Amino acid sequence: MDLSATSSPVVMPAATPTEAEIPEFEIRPSRGWVAIDFRELFHYRDLLYFLVWRDVKVRYKQTVLGFAWAILQPVVNMVIFTTIFGGFAKFSDQVPEELRARHIPYSLFVYAGLLPWMLFSTGISAGGSSLANQQNLLTKVYFPRLFVPSAVIGAALVDTLISFGVFFFLMLCSGIIPPWTTVFMPLLLLFTVLATMGVAFTLAALTVTYRDFRFVLGFMVQCWMYLSPVAYPLVPKAAWKVWLLRLNPMFGIINGYRSALLGEHWDWPGLAISVIEVAAILFFGLFYFKKTERRFADIA
Amino acid sequence: MSVAITIDEISKCYQLGLRAERYLTLRDSLISLAKAPFKRFAGLRGKGPAEGEFWALKNVSFEVQRGEVVALIGRNGAGKSTLLKILSRIVEPTEGSARMRGRVASLLEVGTGFHPELTGRENIYLNGAILGMHKAEIDRKFDEIVAFAETEKFLDTPVKRYSSGMYVRLAFAVAAHLEPEILIVDEVLSVGDAEFQKKCLGRIQQVAQGDGRTVLFVSHNMGAVRQLCDRAVYLRDGKLVSIGPSAEIVTEYLNSASETKEINLLSRPRFQGLAPAIAGFSCRPAEAGRHVASGAPVIFQIDLQVSEPIQNAAVTIMFNSDQGYRVLGISSRCEGELLTLEPGKQTITCRVDSLPLVSGRFNVDLEIFSAGRVADYIQHATAIDVEFGDYFGNGQTLLSFEGPILARSRWTFA
Repeated sequence: MDLSATSSPVVMPAATPTEAEIPEFEIRPSRGWVAIDFRELFHYRDLLYFLVWRDVKVRYKQTVLGFAWAILQPVVNMVIFTTIFGGFAKFSDQVPEELRARHIPYSLFVYAGLLPWMLFSTGISAGGSSLANQQNLLTKVYFPRLFVPSAVIGAALVDTLISFGVFFFLMLCSGIIPPWTTVFMPLLLLFTVLATMGVAFTLAALTVTYRDFRFVLGFMVQCWMYLSPVAYPLVPKAAWKVWLLRLNPMFGIINGYRSALLGEHWDWPGLAISVIEVAAILFFGLFYFKKTERRFADIA
Repeated sequence: MSVAITIDEISKCYQLGLRAERYLTLRDSLISLAKAPFKRFAGLRGKGPAEGEFWALKNVSFEVQRGEVVALIGRNGAGKSTLLKILSRIVEPTEGSARMRGRVASLLEVGTGFHPELTGRENIYLNGAILGMHKAEIDRKFDEIVAFAETEKFLDTPVKRYSSGMYVRLAFAVAAHLEPEILIVDEVLSVGDAEFQKKCLGRIQQVAQGDGRTVLFVSHNMGAVRQLCDRAVYLRDGKLVSIGPSAEIVTEYLNSASETKEINLLSRPRFQGLAPAIAGFSCRPAEAGRHVASGAPVIFQIDLQVSEPIQNAAVTIMFNSDQGYRVLGISSRCEGELLTLEPGKQTITCRVDSLPLVSGRFNVDLEIFSAGRVADYIQHATAIDVEFGDYFGNGQTLLSFEGPILARSRWTFA
């Protein structure tokens, strides 16, 4: 973005709003569920942009490699998972037939799973602790609090976009042309962001009230990863086990990425369950957040 | 004239436990959940208010007209900041309501959201956005902000390398260029160098008189309150005591503040396990109808509760400015008064005929020195508010940046 001070100051006539234009609002104790003020979110949209921008900018300050970290992290993860799960544990034999037929390397299979997972895990762990980490902002100035976890997710999304670039680069290097289903990627990405938001809002509100969740967070992310087909294909033989795994919203999302990016068959029931669950989590997250929002400054 | 702010029976209650621990653990919540039915039962039987409740504000109501500058005054803990936080929508009132007509900007702290790693330029944008400005608006005012802060040369330096003065200047400059209809300012003027303070006061005045903007601010600087404000609101213990023309209310506040307010100092922590000897301190005008003011006769009273006799004790009262600099010491030693303090209770009074401090708030340190060692020492025993007074007998005084100590002088011109 361009922050250079090229714009010359324009002398604005002093605003003398007429009676009708003056915004008016009332402050009173709120009770029960609170509606989301979308107009206000829109009014503060520049702030969301600056908060994301700040997080992106500050993240790699004073690091030698700088932005290279955004590329390095997923790539190193990919190498580790490929070596351990593909090389030693031989999970590569269980990769769906249609992928093996097209000679898609295990590393790409892993990377496609890491794309949504890294966005989700970074988003919920950083987003979950974001409010508690920025008490100073909460107690000194008013702005839509939803932007605090949202901005963290926005910053994680920037990293994810870079990772996508790396993914397509690796893909073309392996001589594989992305299938036409790649056009569904933006939709899936949006869906991943919504899922991350739902969980992050809930966790952020919980963490500010109950600091226990600071400890729960790391543990939760770790467990969640093992329950998701990130590093290896999860294809149990028994149908009931498959249904059980589908209850994990990330199951549908990660498989969806592989379907769109690598041409694996679509797991429609998994994706459908995921959509329903994410919708529910997002609604719950938003409303729980709004409900507890009024107390943030008192307890932060 | 129309009403800009209507405050209607606002109350704010804190749970003391909550406030002290600052946050809950899940376990606490589960326990209180389990206890809830019993509590409710107790409540039904009319056990009165729950223990540990603290009302930071209780039924405060007043109105502010558009274009008015109104000050909130009162001692620490009177509820001024809580009220500003409620009006800034940072915390919710427990009861009551307030109606604001106009775009509100509040400045409760200088430089909220500044990130040390970012440059001055970047922080202007970030801070501006946090205070509610659009990017286009910041673009437009950018040069003006930089000029006001006088930090052109360091625009591309991370603010962590700024001196604290530069940091504050930049932060205030951003806030000063908000264009709200209602501006809420907490005591942010007490930071920064005096030259800049003057500039900020000027800016606030300009904002207020400019075009019907409303300013509500908290200050301990009674001189500034009288100078800048049309009206003042006096709060005490969360309740509204009075509201009216600022000069009147300031006088009322100072009169009541001058009333001797004893504080218990025995329980204060001491350095290296010194045996407490100083039990209390107070300060009052020496003549009826006068205030603790520059140039006024003032009596300081130190209550002692001595356990071991102290020989040849020198008692010193030290005054520190808001910025933490020690500015004045008054010692019995300098008057040749070395006192022998016997075990038991006694009171030392010290009269200063003409208090040489400028108006403002000063933190008081107390010390008893005897036989080459410190017998008792209390840091920040209390704070005293010195009112504006006519030290020189001609209405003149030092400006805040010229220094805190007043002295008579004679000038000759050859």
